[in-house]
Amino acid sequence: MFDDLRDLYQEVILDHGRKPRNFRRLEDADRSARGDNPMCGDRLELFLKLAPDGRIADAAFQGRGCAISTASASLLTETVKGKTAAEAHALSDSFRELAMTGTCPHCQAALEEEMERLQPLSGVHEFPSRVKCATLAWHTLNAALDGAKEASSE
Amino acid sequence: MSFDVERVRRDFPILSQKIRGKDLVFLDSGASAQKPRAVIDAMVRCMEERYANVHRGAYFLSEAATEAYEAARLATARFLNAPDPRGIVFAKNSTEAINLVAHSWGRHMLRPGQAVLFSELEHHANIVPWHLLKEDKGVELRVVRVTDSGEIDLEDLAAKLEDGKVGLVAIAHMSNVLGTVAPAERIARMAHAAGAKVLFDGSQAAVHRRVDLQALDADFYVFTGHKLYGPTGIGVLAAKLEHLERMPPFLGGGDMISSVTLERSEWAPPPAKFEAGTPPIVEAVGLHAAIDYVTAIGMEAIEAHERHLVDRAMRRLTDIEGVTLLGRAQDRGGVFAMATDYAHAHDLATLLDRAGIAVRAGRHCAEPLHTRFGVEGGTVRASFGLYTTEAEVDYLAEALTKAREFFA
Ligand SMILES: Cc1ncc(COP(=O)(O)O)c(C=O)c1O
Repeated sequence: MFDDLRDLYQEVILDHGRKPRNFRRLEDADRSARGDNPMCGDRLELFLKLAPDGRIADAAFQGRGCAISTASASLLTETVKGKTAAEAHALSDSFRELAMTGTCPHCQAALEEEMERLQPLSGVHEFPSRVKCATLAWHTLNAALDGAKEASSE
Repeated sequence: MSFDVERVRRDFPILSQKIRGKDLVFLDSGASAQKPRAVIDAMVRCMEERYANVHRGAYFLSEAATEAYEAARLATARFLNAPDPRGIVFAKNSTEAINLVAHSWGRHMLRPGQAVLFSELEHHANIVPWHLLKEDKGVELRVVRVTDSGEIDLEDLAAKLEDGKVGLVAIAHMSNVLGTVAPAERIARMAHAAGAKVLFDGSQAAVHRRVDLQALDADFYVFTGHKLYGPTGIGVLAAKLEHLERMPPFLGGGDMISSVTLERSEWAPPPAKFEAGTPPIVEAVGLHAAIDYVTAIGMEAIEAHERHLVDRAMRRLTDIEGVTLLGRAQDRGGVFAMATDYAHAHDLATLLDRAGIAVRAGRHCAEPLHTRFGVEGGTVRASFGLYTTEAEVDYLAEALTKAREFFA
């Protein structure tokens, strides 16, 4: 009945959706922001710990949402570690392009490995109503990096 | 006339469509219903043969359009068994009709110190206008509780009416999440005995049950055309004429005045007083056709068909592992909100969509109710129309079972 949905719900996504990584509050976070998708009621809070050189030393999140938004946030926390703010912004832009179009022809070669890890979420581009589930965490990342407190994927 | 669902289905052109190669199983009629050929044709005919602005031109087409528009008002009054067609005001939808009451009646007839009472199961359309009124007028808001089975807690209602300060009781005649049908006559009697007026949000109920405004003795009753197999862009406020006469206009403009100088206006009598500007003419014709359509089938026959579907759904949806139905009201219509322990509502809705099943996921504009039942993430809601079949209910049950395996 649902076989063609394995493209969207790949094993990686179901796994990260069920057992999100870095799913905790970072008490000593340097940056944090809330992401809110009022249409579906998805809500998350993202925490970043910065190293003295400005790189992201640790990332974590809390909240509730569907498998797609949870998996996306979980993969985000894994892929942004070690990045500078500029690199994290570039990754966020690339990911959003991937989620909306299914590919990312302009992606920086330097981000190839990260994009590879995020690839399982590319299937979402065929589901317009679900793209914002995948991008919520990334909007929130931008907000946190820019010092804003809230992001919305509306 | 006996009810033949297959024949009914042939009246709805959209239902013969395939969605991604699968039969469309449309279970989101509670959000907006599909349209029968009769409604579509009536609107096309109006635009092709009888269209002009109403109440304005002394020529054949304008007179014909005016007649058609006023005929829709008469049909609506008959449909609701309203005491007087002058109490039927056409608005944009239920939301606007409730805002009209909050704005015109609430702001002018309620005094500070009085309260508006609504319930935990309301749609946001019957919550937010009262929040606005509270900010504006300083009236108190009281919220009557909903029991675990999803019914209005009548003891709580009695307690909250007791001090006589409640000026208006505003309650959904049928819940758009739990399907609960409220004991409206009883609520109206309780409200009136406590000196309050009563408004029913009939957005869902008017589709599923015969509404008798004279038996209900409702001060205000609203419903929305697009859920009753009619077009978008038209809703109804049915009010007692005595209230409309005392209420100031909601919007100002053309068609709602009897005379205007540059300094002041005299209001036209109701219902025109509340219908400023060019009204939804084609939509009124469509609503009229929708009312004729359901009336010809018979509201009792529609209700009986739905009762079969509800019984079927109660049997089939309650024994699926991991699926929890919200609410177990005794008197309920064909609306089922479900939470599962295996998938978030949105993931489940995406899955069901692939099986051709259209359901709504989220909190259905009733966030406080979801909070009340402890399902912050939302539910998947299946809602039935008169074209829903038992086979579709079975197919939904099967899909929910298979979805569990998918996410396992
Ligand atoms: C119970 C209830 N009230 C009010 C509304 C609002 O209807 P509309 O959006 O047509 O104004 C709805 C439907 O969305 C509803 O189900």
